[in-house]
Amino acid sequence: MSDGSRAGNPVISTRGLGRRFGGRVAVSDVTLALEEGDCLALFGPNGAGKTTLLRMLAGLLRPTNGTGTVAGVELPGGLELRAAIGYISHASMLYAALSARENIELTARLFGVRDPRAAAMRALERMALADRAEMPVRQLSRGMQQRVSIARATVHGPRVVLLDEPFTGLDDSGSAALGAHLAALRAAGTTMVLVTHQIAEGLALATHAAIMRGGALVRLEAGDAIDPATYLTVYREHVSYGA
Amino acid sequence: MTTPSVPATATDAASVQRTGFDWLFAISVLAIAAALARVIYYTPFEAVQGPAQKIFYLHLPAALDAFMAFGVVALAGVGYLWLGDLRLDRAAESSAEVGVVFTTVVLVTGPLWARPVWGTWWTWDARLTLTLFLWFIYVGYLVLRGAIEDRALRARYSAVLGILGSLLIPFIHLSVYLFRTLHPRPIVIKPSAPSLPPEMLTTLSISFVAFTLFYLALVRQRYRLASERDLLELEEGR
Amino acid sequence: MAPDTLSAALLIARKDLAIEFRTRTAFFSAAVFALLGIVIFYFAWDPTAVASIDLAPGVLWGIFTFSGLLGLQRSFSLEQADRAIDALLGAPISRESIYLGKAIANLVFVTAVQVIAIPAVELFYGVPLLEHAAVLALIALLSAIGLVAVGTLFSAMAVNTKLAEMLLPVLSLPFFVPIVIPAAQATARLLAGRPAAEGLGWLKLLLAFDIVFVVACMLAFPYTIEE
Repeated sequence: MSDGSRAGNPVISTRGLGRRFGGRVAVSDVTLALEEGDCLALFGPNGAGKTTLLRMLAGLLRPTNGTGTVAGVELPGGLELRAAIGYISHASMLYAALSARENIELTARLFGVRDPRAAAMRALERMALADRAEMPVRQLSRGMQQRVSIARATVHGPRVVLLDEPFTGLDDSGSAALGAHLAALRAAGTTMVLVTHQIAEGLALATHAAIMRGGALVRLEAGDAIDPATYLTVYREHVSYGA
Repeated sequence: MTTPSVPATATDAASVQRTGFDWLFAISVLAIAAALARVIYYTPFEAVQGPAQKIFYLHLPAALDAFMAFGVVALAGVGYLWLGDLRLDRAAESSAEVGVVFTTVVLVTGPLWARPVWGTWWTWDARLTLTLFLWFIYVGYLVLRGAIEDRALRARYSAVLGILGSLLIPFIHLSVYLFRTLHPRPIVIKPSAPSLPPEMLTTLSISFVAFTLFYLALVRQRYRLASERDLLELEEGR
Repeated sequence: MAPDTLSAALLIARKDLAIEFRTRTAFFSAAVFALLGIVIFYFAWDPTAVASIDLAPGVLWGIFTFSGLLGLQRSFSLEQADRAIDALLGAPISRESIYLGKAIANLVFVTAVQVIAIPAVELFYGVPLLEHAAVLALIALLSAIGLVAVGTLFSAMAVNTKLAEMLLPVLSLPFFVPIVIPAAQATARLLAGRPAAEGLGWLKLLLAFDIVFVVACMLAFPYTIEE
């Protein structure tokens, strides 16, 4: 994971990336590199700066320090960067009064996807939700809403998918379905950053894992170096005592 | 104008700079006292309005400085959106607060003067109405500031409102003015005669300078308070 | 190819109107509110002392701003509910298109309320408003554009504060003064049967307000959402 250790062209690379809010430091000095098909699982306690980092990578938040490139676009990015990103958070980002299909179709149109209606239906089919396409989102269960949300965020075939605690509020079968879908995305070459509290689910998908605390990456390693059995202990050590 | 006490634990470093004699504040108070003395003892009564007219030496400088204060809010707002420097936001915040105080002075002294001269406490005179709306706009500005936790967001939204508020002023003035001229009122005594006698003009100028010094002193104090608060928030990690 | 600013704005406006059409809650409450206001104001004056022809213009445009606030309040709380605004911000479209889209939807909303309120004032106050439909429509449109330009921006700001929707009237109403006064004055000239030229100055004032605040608010909008 340490930059330079691998050849190739990183899809996400940052150097000393940081963000202050007024005087408060939310993220500081984050340096990482991810290639096509990589998935970074990002762990850390609340307020560690995970969401802030994700929003910077998504082009939703302007970095105050350092530099970064995502999908070939220099941060803070612009229209071109946003076109390459799929952003999923624990909030569904859907309009409850509109149907699943309408929500996804709107995004498809805003991203300039060809034949947006068909693209929306295909995205729903991938999430096994084609039969609920015309149902208002408010009538769907939380798990289904989350699947619609993922279909929405990936309808334009983004190179990079950023996920902010997507497992929140999902039951076991929902989590399993989400995990399977993310694995498929990764296999198709999508680069992902996955922020989560669920260490097992996160590690199952990850090619890299990192722990964030107080705005900084305190541990960062490649997947083959991670032992899922002991990682929870490692995590606890870092979160309680690490610096 | 004393600075409120800050918990000693958090801002010992900051408290060092705020002790010390505020010479600007002292000078401005003296200047106001001198100006008032001149208003009361050395300026003649106005022939028609009598002693009531003397409140005008308080009223007009306060109004002019209030306008200036809101101009500073708008300029600091433009500057903040451009440069993102929180010092500009603190200047805007301080100037807005002092401006509201000055506007309040205008709104209190206006009716005090209007009662004996126009025979009514309140009148929808174009300038008084404008001042009332200024007061509403910038009280709204302060309410907005109080309703936002995030420091940078507060600065940004305040800048936007401060700029829009300054754009609004000419429109309010124009619509209120046209409204008045189309509904002429029976009593029309202009609060300011076209040309003042030199003695009165001198008094007015002195008073204006005194009020401007007072404005600067208050803004400076308020700015220091804002700096300390920002520092405190920083130390508390908010 | 992502849509240009205007196409994206129209997509967003259409989305907002589709939501409103599905739920209809905001429109019905705003329309009923306008009707209630018109009726209540009638009884707040002694009709033998104040002629309804003097009363009607003020009531019409006063109620217009208050009912407009109901629609504006909803504009961005709709986006905030499930953070749908993040989906718009994440799309490869200009920030101005988001503002423009929300503003167009709000414009349709307040205009639709007007379509109900104006005949209601004619009916309840017995004043010949619809006789002057063309000029009145112009006044209504100019007022609505100004109201929506400012209100859409403040709606975006208000949802991000602790006071949320409660802040919107405090911020907006001073800005509606230069809308209500010219609109009411121009309407009063119209009802008094004065030549249209007499109201021209007021219409110009409305137009100037619209131009200044549409431009200023569109420029300011990115600062209210970008972090």
